[in-house]
Amino acid sequence: MYSYTEFDRQFIRHRAAQHRDQLARHQAGTLSDEAFRPLRLQNGWYIQRYAPMLRVAVPYGEIAARQLRVLATIAREYDRPDPALLARAQATQDGIDERAGSRPGPRLKFGYGHFTTRQNVQFNWIPLDKSADVMDLLATVDMHGIQTSGNCIRNITTDERAGIAADEVADPRPFAEILRQWSTLHPEFAFLPRKFKVAIHGAREDRAAIAWHDVGLQVVRSTETVANNPHQESDEGHSGYENVGFKVLVGGGMGRTPVVASVIREFLPWDQILNYLEAVVRVYNRWGRRDNKYKARIKILVKAEGQRFVDEVEAEYEAILMQDGAPHTIPLAELQRVAASFVPPALNCDRKTADAKIAHILKAAAEDDVEFGRWLQQNVAAHKNPDLRAVTLSFKRLGQAPGDATADQLDAVAELAERFSAGEARVTHDQNLLLPWVRCDQLPELWREARRLGLAKPNIRLLTDMIACPGGDFCDLANARAIPVAAAISEAYTDLDELHDLGEIDLHISGCINSCGHHHTGHIGILGVDKDGQEWYQVTLGGSDGSTLSGAPGAGKVIGPSFAADEVVDVVTAVLDTYRTHRTSGETFITTLRRVGHDPYKAAANAVRHITARHTAQADA
Amino acid sequence: MKLFEQAQLPSSSTDSQTLLLPNDADPRTADLTGVHTVVLHFPSFTDGRAFSQAFLLRRRLGFTGTIRATGDVLVDQLVQMARTGFTEAVLADGQSLAVGQRLLDQANATYQGDAVAPQPRFASLSTLEAA
Repeated sequence: MYSYTEFDRQFIRHRAAQHRDQLARHQAGTLSDEAFRPLRLQNGWYIQRYAPMLRVAVPYGEIAARQLRVLATIAREYDRPDPALLARAQATQDGIDERAGSRPGPRLKFGYGHFTTRQNVQFNWIPLDKSADVMDLLATVDMHGIQTSGNCIRNITTDERAGIAADEVADPRPFAEILRQWSTLHPEFAFLPRKFKVAIHGAREDRAAIAWHDVGLQVVRSTETVANNPHQESDEGHSGYENVGFKVLVGGGMGRTPVVASVIREFLPWDQILNYLEAVVRVYNRWGRRDNKYKARIKILVKAEGQRFVDEVEAEYEAILMQDGAPHTIPLAELQRVAASFVPPALNCDRKTADAKIAHILKAAAEDDVEFGRWLQQNVAAHKNPDLRAVTLSFKRLGQAPGDATADQLDAVAELAERFSAGEARVTHDQNLLLPWVRCDQLPELWREARRLGLAKPNIRLLTDMIACPGGDFCDLANARAIPVAAAISEAYTDLDELHDLGEIDLHISGCINSCGHHHTGHIGILGVDKDGQEWYQVTLGGSDGSTLSGAPGAGKVIGPSFAADEVVDVVTAVLDTYRTHRTSGETFITTLRRVGHDPYKAAANAVRHITARHTAQADA
Repeated sequence: MKLFEQAQLPSSSTDSQTLLLPNDADPRTADLTGVHTVVLHFPSFTDGRAFSQAFLLRRRLGFTGTIRATGDVLVDQLVQMARTGFTEAVLADGQSLAVGQRLLDQANATYQGDAVAPQPRFASLSTLEAA
């Protein structure tokens, strides 16, 4: 992990002190609500449906055991609503089900952290007047909420297997850290037209959905000699970075108008990435629309201007190089300084016998225990180092919302990270935690510990490993709840034989069109909509995040008018049954869907309407 | 950076050597001959276009005169303004000069270069210092 220098630490402490000062001025009435809002947002503090929400930055998802313990403390001691507030909130939530005549959703919970698709951690019940204390506490372990919200460059995300993936071309983490530092409190880019999200990966497989970001970066190695860059250091003969650069994508995003990013540079030398991004963001800051927040993302600008946007970025980049003197050209020494933080931990596994040992463990265990075998298959991934494995702890289980971790679970995971993974974990895009440095001979022991904690469910990448936003239980923007839908589907699909038979499926749920639950990219996408004050759900099929399993990135297609909340599970079942009817041997859900087309799925889904049947008949008439 | 309240607008604010630039203008197309002050405008403090305009004026065009911030100028954005090249700010109504000056005085060290100090922090770091 990146080791914070005294400079980095002082920077975070200063930021926490600044927030305390702003909070005090707000409480004294000299800083208005309106003026305070973007300031607190850029420290991760939202005001939600019932209480503030804090989004803590986990830069590129890497988190240390000591940091998990502080998050546990925050969950335990600060994520606590006043009883009267909780009672009022619960009564309001109960009213939604009463009005709809549907069965009650799960009760509101507190005392936990929530992993987000952008690899951050959220808390839902911390009173704003405690916010400065929480920021101080976070700062003790190099954590903060800087730019986790607001119209600025947000926390940078990456591949959950960065630095450990067997298919990696180059480790994206040093670049992600350099980008983090450059974008942190950038004076020119704190009030952009809208939020700005950057994702970066360096592997053959895209596990970071980069095409769905404002800027997507793929680390690549050029097969040709890089001769067109006058700023490349001449003395870097054998650094290993000679032919490294980025494929640059711009203008992806979800929301009302899902757009897949366009490639604007096939190859940009690595040391130019800050100069180039400065050009991209400056053009966006100057040209992006500010009259309508739904048309303010860079995707709209890229679509509207097309080649003119690309030309302007290239001209601005050229001016930065030739007129400004390219001050943010990254020296090799700086890249090496940062990269030194990401050296793999020393692990004392006997390499000579490793292969035999792995084979022995896998064989013996698979024969002994079906569940362990399934866990190895779904939750354990290959590693660059053949002695090691990447293990995903599943935070998708009955009784807890996707991605939620209680204070005790956060403490327990810190313990697991220390015992089995060199003290490090990763928050994944799919809202789980990954242990990146697990010795293969410790897999059975880790499995037993994780199972005891309820975190070894072998459902990673399967139907119930779904993505869901907090939705209408907490979020002020939501049109409908996501947690009860996630719970109902999880309850309907508890049989592991069935889940494994259904195979790998991306099911994504968003409580509104802002798409925090990435419903556009779900093979099955569920979107909450509001009609006449009631919750409805639009279902889409065939979306892709751009992974090998899902194919070229693209948004799913709506299968018909919205469904009532109580119909959603039946729709999912109808869609899955249709897949089972049509699949050939070994064919995945998404492949079958693409082969046979959407029609049989639509017909099956619409046939289960009972509450909306009358509504649909009226609409058709 | 010099701070002013609305009532104390500098007397130079209307002379012929002062250029008022709307916030959607491209400063690179402006005629800066004989201009000693460029006045930029924040229609709302959340509209960040003038930060890029100031940067381009100061850094790209090498403008050495005064760059003045007007409009919805709040104390919590003064540090950003100073870093992007503004040298004067006329505070919006109700903003405190004293708080503004205190926040400017408390400005922290930074990672990236800006219009005033173009070099990023890493440019001054040797590998030894960083270790």
